[in-house]
Amino acid sequence: MGGLAHYIEDEGIATTQISLIREHTEIIKPPRALWVSFELGRPLGVPNNPEFQISVLKHALQLFAVRSGPVLEDFPHDAPDSGSAPAQVACPVNFSHRPAATSLVGQLTEQFTAEMDQMHSWYDIARKKKNRTTGVSGLSLSNVVRLLTGFIEEEIRTSLIEDPALPDKLRMSCEDIKAYYFEAVSAQPGQPTDSRSLADWFWGETSAALVINRIREICLEDTSGKLALHGKLLLVPRSQMHRFTG
Amino acid sequence: MTRLSSYSESERTHLLRLPCPEFKSTPYVQAPSLVKLKVAVISTAGLHLKDDRPFGFGESDYRLIPSATPASDLVMSHISTNFDRTGFQMDLNMVFPLDRLNELAREGFIGGVADFHYSFMGATEPQQMEQAARNLAGIMKKDGVNSVILVPV
Repeated sequence: MGGLAHYIEDEGIATTQISLIREHTEIIKPPRALWVSFELGRPLGVPNNPEFQISVLKHALQLFAVRSGPVLEDFPHDAPDSGSAPAQVACPVNFSHRPAATSLVGQLTEQFTAEMDQMHSWYDIARKKKNRTTGVSGLSLSNVVRLLTGFIEEEIRTSLIEDPALPDKLRMSCEDIKAYYFEAVSAQPGQPTDSRSLADWFWGETSAALVINRIREICLEDTSGKLALHGKLLLVPRSQMHRFTG
Repeated sequence: MTRLSSYSESERTHLLRLPCPEFKSTPYVQAPSLVKLKVAVISTAGLHLKDDRPFGFGESDYRLIPSATPASDLVMSHISTNFDRTGFQMDLNMVFPLDRLNELAREGFIGGVADFHYSFMGATEPQQMEQAARNLAGIMKKDGVNSVILVPV
């Protein structure tokens, strides 16, 4: 981010930026930066809180009035939902039948598709309420499910692996599934909105997470070189890997 | 919060080891007064229109986001899985605060908002994005943009 600021400012346009990792900004020294104590992925602090977001923006924009730089200032407030312990996602959908991580593919697929069905009404409500869904693969949900559950079955995987676009399709389909779950649960009243509670719920309780992890494991074993990066980095967050690797 | 001290040791170590470009000096343009700013947003969240090309690994180019784009038309194809996306799913302004900028323009805090905004995909090393960023600056100048707010993810 700070590198882009250097290049654009060097071409004659004044820049200011939000900084999420102060240590990086101290090294890169962009012209103007406002460090915020928010987590990665939430540079404006907290969702659906226009007043707080405006405050962040005003602080960043006011750095344009500073006449010499580089300038790195600290935003004086933490995000309103920070500092509290993760809350339990009280999902009315029953996840108590999540199979063991080592369960047979058929059982895992069955539980995953049952979960998807149970979440669908909430997902529909979320989509209507927000007038958007953030799925990115361009595939229909049924095709996303077909791809992911097919990939974990050896016989079907053999045909899928011929597709040169498979790595991107897999990555984005996994993102689509996470978006589906998170959007669905966010439509339910009284759910926590902090990322840790939601991530702990998804990765700790759902069969979808087990499917994604199974895909990660298969990618790690890939010898073609096309999928190894996915297995190492692109499917399961480092902060949740302990659930699967002990 | 993301003070590094709040991360697990492995996560902290990973973040501190990420390569950061170093520059001999920092360019510094004197900005117009706030009420004369025409501001464009550059995000590194890997945002793009639904029917535009998704970002891939190592991609150094940017995607164009017209100012009138509704939230329902924007998606995120950033390759990293190590940051929160739920904020973006709940509220686009969490990563792309165009509504907030328009509100600031309406109240007269800034002069205006650009007609076009842009997104890179921040997992690419910044040096690889240099040419695209410099080209983009030329385009923005022709569009009358005199200030940019960069928003990471």
